[in-house]
Amino acid sequence: MAEVTLRIFRGDQKGGQHVDYKVPLVPGMVVLDAVHSVQGHQAPDLAVRWNCKAGKCGSCSAEVNGKPRLMCKTRMDALPTDRPIIVSPMKSFPLIKDLATDVSWNYKVNKMIPPFQPRPGVEWKMDQRDVDRVQEFRKCIECFLCQDVCHVLREHGKMDEFGGPRFFVRSASLEMHPLDGASRTRLLREKLGIGYCNITKCCTEVCPEEIHITDNAIIPLKERVVDQFYDPLTMLVRKIRGASTP
Amino acid sequence: MADSDAAGIPRGFGKTEREDAWWIENLPFIIVLGAFAIYTTWRAFEGKFYWTDPYLSPFYSPLIDPEHHWWPFSPAILILGGPLGFRLTCYYYRKAYYRAFLLDPPSCAVGEGRKHYHGETSFPFILQNVHRYFFYIAVIFVAFLWYDAIRAFFFPQGFGVGVGTLVMLLNIVLLSIYTFSCHSLRHLAGGKLDCFSCSTFGPVRHTAWRGITRLNENHMFWAWASMISVGLTDLYIRLVACGAIKDIRLL
Repeated sequence: MAEVTLRIFRGDQKGGQHVDYKVPLVPGMVVLDAVHSVQGHQAPDLAVRWNCKAGKCGSCSAEVNGKPRLMCKTRMDALPTDRPIIVSPMKSFPLIKDLATDVSWNYKVNKMIPPFQPRPGVEWKMDQRDVDRVQEFRKCIECFLCQDVCHVLREHGKMDEFGGPRFFVRSASLEMHPLDGASRTRLLREKLGIGYCNITKCCTEVCPEEIHITDNAIIPLKERVVDQFYDPLTMLVRKIRGASTP
Repeated sequence: MADSDAAGIPRGFGKTEREDAWWIENLPFIIVLGAFAIYTTWRAFEGKFYWTDPYLSPFYSPLIDPEHHWWPFSPAILILGGPLGFRLTCYYYRKAYYRAFLLDPPSCAVGEGRKHYHGETSFPFILQNVHRYFFYIAVIFVAFLWYDAIRAFFFPQGFGVGVGTLVMLLNIVLLSIYTFSCHSLRHLAGGKLDCFSCSTFGPVRHTAWRGITRLNENHMFWAWASMISVGLTDLYIRLVACGAIKDIRLL
């Protein structure tokens, strides 16, 4: 049976290194299968987070040959198996052990976003045209690969000033909701730092759910921020109408 | 912020675990945009060979003070700021030049090696927020270029069609699609509404938003196609105007 070498990171915050493991290559195998094979036969103490193995729980995020991916959706036959396959933990988050990282910062950011708030007296009826946009955002499985690849977090570590693509998607799903009455544009500008995003679309490229994060969430939100804070014409119109800046 | 070095992942400019040729995707942009920038600058300052009846180069349209009554330099310098600003602040071009020229980042999951980063929160990049105003200006230019394209059917001898006519027509069609597939227009036309079904003109704006969304899905393609076409249209008119080639009359 053909074999493939997996070069898996082993270690924790104190340090570590990549270790080679030879794994039998089985037809239809995904990277997570190979990692499980290592865990089952060669390194029972290998830490790896996983759950559904079906691309829906968002747990098995890692970096395979340098690219942020779900291990359960990365087929071995799509990788060059003539040389070692490098499997590393997500770079943007604090390392716990081996392939497991601490993603709890994301849940703290999530709490900053005001939840759905229905407009007073709104009729609880929605037209399909109004929810088409929002439904795309509901596909998010919170794998945090978009957060991992985003250079504002990954390279510049702006965790205190920037929410990241995942939370722009969540904000967009609320901001564009036909029944919601809250405004999050000030939060987006001042706390979630949408201005740090320079729309290089890496988040869209790695999203396993193929959500058009940049075009359908981030850019429309940036335009809403422009409406509120940068466009003198819309600001004037709002003033004439007597609407306050949220 | 993770002490990522603990995970054995290299840091620094160009450092990555990626094994593919990640840098190759930036090459077309560097080569084509670089060539376009050099050619456009040269043509803007050249100040001649921009008109051969009935063709007017898109770099010089609308033509202002060609006889140099009050403007001593090339007329192109007066107008190029509009289209240039529209492209510079365009959401597609931003992605491309942030990656290819500013290396911010050079590619996804590739190290930058830069310490300070402000994104679009401070000068000069905060000015990207005025993109919609450059869109308004671009619409005026599109109107002039449509006039020029229609004017290109009317030769001194009367109505006709030359290769230049078709070149100018194709150019303005591509420029129009690029302009009207703009992200800002998509927002202004309907994207800013939360509820299409309960807003004034909501259904009409939903139709407009959907149509622009379809065009917008290929905004990158239209950006490239229109940039190349405008450069080639100018080149064709220049070659005809300076006598290097002869325009073929088809009709």
